[in-house]
Amino acid sequence: MKLITLFSSNWHPLLSSVGTHSMLVIISVGLGIIIAVPLGILLTRKSGAAPIVLAAASMVQTIPGLVMLGFALVLLGIGRKPALATLTVYSILPILQNTYTGISEVPFAYTDAAKGIGMTPMQVLFKVELPLAVAPIISGIRTSAVYIVSWATLAGMIGAGGLGDWIWTGLATYNTDYILLGAIPSALLALLFSASIALLERLLKPRGLRRIS
Amino acid sequence: MIEFRNVTKRYGRTTILDDVSFTIERGQFVVLIGPSGCGKTTTLRTINRLIEPKEGTLFIDGEDVTHQNPVELRRKIGYVIQQIGLFPNMTVEQNISVVPKLLKHSRAECEAITRDLLALVDMPYEEHAGKYPGQLSGGQQQRIGVLRALAASPPIVLMDEPFGALDPVTRESLQEEVKRIQRKLKKTIVFVTHDMDEALRLADTIIFMDKGKILQMATPEEMLQHPADPLIKSFLGRHTDDEAIAAPKKAEVFMKRRVYTVHENAKTLESIERMRKREVNSLVVIDDDERFLGTVSIEAIKERGKAGHPIREYINGETLTVHRSDDAKEAFDKLLSSSENYVIVLNDDRTVAGIITRTSTAKAMGEALWGEMDA
Repeated sequence: MKLITLFSSNWHPLLSSVGTHSMLVIISVGLGIIIAVPLGILLTRKSGAAPIVLAAASMVQTIPGLVMLGFALVLLGIGRKPALATLTVYSILPILQNTYTGISEVPFAYTDAAKGIGMTPMQVLFKVELPLAVAPIISGIRTSAVYIVSWATLAGMIGAGGLGDWIWTGLATYNTDYILLGAIPSALLALLFSASIALLERLLKPRGLRRIS
Repeated sequence: MIEFRNVTKRYGRTTILDDVSFTIERGQFVVLIGPSGCGKTTTLRTINRLIEPKEGTLFIDGEDVTHQNPVELRRKIGYVIQQIGLFPNMTVEQNISVVPKLLKHSRAECEAITRDLLALVDMPYEEHAGKYPGQLSGGQQQRIGVLRALAASPPIVLMDEPFGALDPVTRESLQEEVKRIQRKLKKTIVFVTHDMDEALRLADTIIFMDKGKILQMATPEEMLQHPADPLIKSFLGRHTDDEAIAAPKKAEVFMKRRVYTVHENAKTLESIERMRKREVNSLVVIDDDERFLGTVSIEAIKERGKAGHPIREYINGETLTVHRSDDAKEAFDKLLSSSENYVIVLNDDRTVAGIITRTSTAKAMGEALWGEMDA
């Protein structure tokens, strides 16, 4: 009951928090895509480097979020920038991994045929490899986005704003209602991101690869 | 014209191609064959430079292509692979027009090309152009694979075991189609297979390779007659059997050993009973020492036979005979130039060794032509 009254009196700032939170996710995952997709493609061309880079990326992933935020705080100060930097770093691994495996697993027959009939390496990539790897790449983005929604609440600690503010306030004041006011929308946000990216995946997947009905 | 001049390829210490030189004339259907690892696929992939040779030069129409831009070279050479490799994200039409599009043909030109090519394999444009590879059967997919290779009218088409994964019926019809298309469009085709039947059916020239070297390059006819190596002979298998062709075979090779005999003193009714039981209409008559005396037929007994008389009274002494070590051809000749149905094959002591019938003659000839037969 109290939660509902709290919500109805606070829905305006809460909504703006949701907006900020979404922005944090979109920007960091967007940066993650810009970094991880080309990097993943590059790794498929330099087969020796792939295990090393992927191992390094998963090692970064194991660093606890709080520690990472601490580092960011020390290096970049307080505010949105260090938060975005941290979140971007975390968003990279799932996308990188899926891009790399997605493209590596395009059957040799397709790339061989593509090369053999006279496609340039770029044409092989854009006309054959990427369309065939689009599903795993997008599902990497989806995993990443869902993660980042929850990591972003943590980032509220170093002044990133967003739904984390509500949770941290609740924790600091021992007020469960505040915690829930942050946690419930962020859970819903995660579901929303997941669902809309799944939809995107269905739309972008080449028609010939969809199940034939 | 494709010319290999002293081409060598190594992977680490293993030599895949060992100083290979040959020339393929324009418009020829050339089949590369050999055991796996012999270098046939490497040779093929060297032509469109998917593999770069270590040493040696490759000329196409007199031009050294080892220093040409490989991408441009490949657009002028069709390429078909065993796994088909149709792009699953593209429709039949898009797959066929890939190369014309790379060569900047207009959309209308691409459509015209697709229409013409689909007509070539009896797949109506309206029905198939918009389909995705996943919606086609294996045979249809490989037809499109072949068409894709032909789309930019390349003078040369490379095919790497293109029909290896298809069922025998589909394979055969595709072989015919490819041969027909090759003749019609006058393409130079270089075709890799490990199936000698396929090679013999399609090739103008067969190049037989082993361990990175060419063992023999010859027309199918020549290879069948004079295989240059025991390995080639074993590949040709049932197609050639030089004993059958070269060395004359003895009559005994073709004879049936089961012969129904009757003693000269046997009586007429007893003999008829024996024929009835064996379902034959004549018997070979022998004496006490099992020596051949002649034959007796059911007709002879019916005509002249009296119950209780010994069979020797009705012997036909004119029966054809040959010695078991005589040339089989002689036995066949005797049989074919007479109205008799069989020749009796005799041992040295004139005992009966076997019989050659008209049926066994036909079978022997069939085997000489087509290899071991079941019937």
